[in-house]
Amino acid sequence: MLVSIVFDGVAYAMILFIISVGLSVTMGMMGFVNLAHGVFAMAGGYFTVSAMVAVGMPFLLALPGAAVLVGVASLVLERLLYAPLYNARELDQVLLSIGIVLMAAAAFTFAYGPGPVSIDVPDYLSGQIDAGFRTFPTYRVFLIAVGAVLAVALWYGVERTTIGARIRAAVDNRRMAESVGIDVDSLFRFTFALGSGVAALGGGLAVEVLGVSPGFAIQYLVLFLIVVSVGGLGTIKGTLVAALVLGVIDNAGKYLWPEGGAFIIYAVTIAILLYRPHGLFGRSHG
Amino acid sequence: MVKQKSLRTLVAAATAALLLPASANAETVKIGVVMTFSGGAANFGKQIGQGMELFMQEHPEAFGGHTVELIKRDAKHPGGDVAKAAVRELITREKVDMLAGFVFSPNAIASAELVTQGKVPMVVMNAGTAWITKLSPYIARVSFTMWQSGHPMGTYAKETLGCETAAVGYTDYPPGKDSLNAFQTGFEAAGGKVVDAIPMGGPREVPDFTPFFQRVKDAAPDCLYVFVPSGNHAGAVTKTFADLGMRDAGIQLIGPGDITQDTELQGMGDDAVGLVTMHHYSADYDTPQNQAFVSAWKAAYGADSTPDFMAVAGWDGMAAIAHVVKTLDGEIDADAAMEALAGWTFESPRGPIMIDPETRDIVHDEHVHEVVKDGDRLKIKVIDSIAQVKDPCKALKIGKCGE
Repeated sequence: MLVSIVFDGVAYAMILFIISVGLSVTMGMMGFVNLAHGVFAMAGGYFTVSAMVAVGMPFLLALPGAAVLVGVASLVLERLLYAPLYNARELDQVLLSIGIVLMAAAAFTFAYGPGPVSIDVPDYLSGQIDAGFRTFPTYRVFLIAVGAVLAVALWYGVERTTIGARIRAAVDNRRMAESVGIDVDSLFRFTFALGSGVAALGGGLAVEVLGVSPGFAIQYLVLFLIVVSVGGLGTIKGTLVAALVLGVIDNAGKYLWPEGGAFIIYAVTIAILLYRPHGLFGRSHG
Repeated sequence: MVKQKSLRTLVAAATAALLLPASANAETVKIGVVMTFSGGAANFGKQIGQGMELFMQEHPEAFGGHTVELIKRDAKHPGGDVAKAAVRELITREKVDMLAGFVFSPNAIASAELVTQGKVPMVVMNAGTAWITKLSPYIARVSFTMWQSGHPMGTYAKETLGCETAAVGYTDYPPGKDSLNAFQTGFEAAGGKVVDAIPMGGPREVPDFTPFFQRVKDAAPDCLYVFVPSGNHAGAVTKTFADLGMRDAGIQLIGPGDITQDTELQGMGDDAVGLVTMHHYSADYDTPQNQAFVSAWKAAYGADSTPDFMAVAGWDGMAAIAHVVKTLDGEIDADAAMEALAGWTFESPRGPIMIDPETRDIVHDEHVHEVVKDGDRLKIKVIDSIAQVKDPCKALKIGKCGE
């Protein structure tokens, strides 16, 4: 029982982590309140479905395809819509990004209908893996593997490469980074596209577990924001730990006490934020 | 001057006298239609509306030479408030003769008081909370009640599927609880035992069903009865059920037919194969009435479009309205309309239906559906049928159904 709670919780946490990590970094770096982040995940989910159903692209190709396409497309949005509001008030940013969410919901309803769409994952990802003492659903093992690889890759990229050092510098102190010659704007564009692309990958992975419908970006918005705020802005480690803590606790709550389990995640969030208002790994700078 | 005026009056009177009998023969009956036409549930209102319009188009003769005018209002969400305001406006300003529609139960419930006060007959075309017809003598329902599928499914699960124990997973909102109570009552009356009843979050977002289903898997009941909104919830349910290997663990997944709604069925994926549900309609029924209905539907709305149980409720509801208009010769009086509806029978695409004269609720056949694979599409196969099911909630006088 404990094994399944932790295992399922970690699998769920990986979806939360993959979708939220980009939001955490871009919010930490630019201080931009991008509530439309879930739109990129939703777009990734729809792209995955379209690529597989209409073109017959294999699942493992459709996922990175979604990430690249959505990452590039997000740059267009960034230039057209986000850039003019970088120095605007937070309220304006919130209104802009919520507007994008609502327009995306309408656009996807127009293109795909209001109902959900789904995919059939390849046979080697469905069914069970027998680990001897018990069986594990293959797809969730796959989720954990992808999440782990991505976490290591992002950690390495940010902690061990020059571009990662620049990103960290920009998150820590944007003005100082700019004054030592880092082009924060183009760095941000890169990070934004990367974060959106990773979210699209998360969206593609989520189709099998949560399904995807035009309401996706708004239905799960609260969950993504909770992960980001509990983890702390601008940290990959924080987002990962927050996703794991919340995923496992949410799972345990729903398993052991379904009548009240859905609320546990909010109680934990409040408790953590009361104790650490800037999140588990966040720092108090703006 | 005086002479001229009186002459004009005379001409006017004569013209009126000539026109009067003709206008009495061809009345225009105003029907207020309150449904959800926007947002995530827009498809529901669309299906019902298309069903109504299809009937008007295919059977203009059924209205006895009169015409009906549909005045549509968007009830938006299931909150009740918008629907109630729309009903008030339709009764007082538009002076409608009848009301129709009502996708969500809270919207029908909130409007009941107004139709009693305003004496306007109301034909419910979806809202399935069992006790809605108890709320006003002017409400009749042509759709279904949650109990009509849940209760017989409970009996069927014990007696035919051979389940001794069952777990119930339901979305935590009124129809979910209704369906849980219906199933539990039927299942336990037949001698089964519900070992766990698990609320699985609200109707808005799809949860990860894994923790709930893992809990069920560890409890190892014979059957798992699930009520969730059709569409993405239902698709995620069958996927998670398959992912966790629950069928191999000997658990049979069952539910009311709402979760295999025709319009959403193809989106559920192959994991839905083997799912057994209880319902009153599927577009795959091979009766002549249904085949005629489905081909008329496809001719009108496109080959890719499929009617579902909501569309059929729209079609049947319009047939009921036509019956009232024809019987009363276009002069709608609320009490006479309800009298005309009581005991009304009709050959619906779903099979023979009747409005129960005592409860003003629908009586129809329930069918046991199994999801099967037919070529590359999913299909509903009827594996058993129960004739002419009345709402068990009112028959057994349970809770508000007995008041």
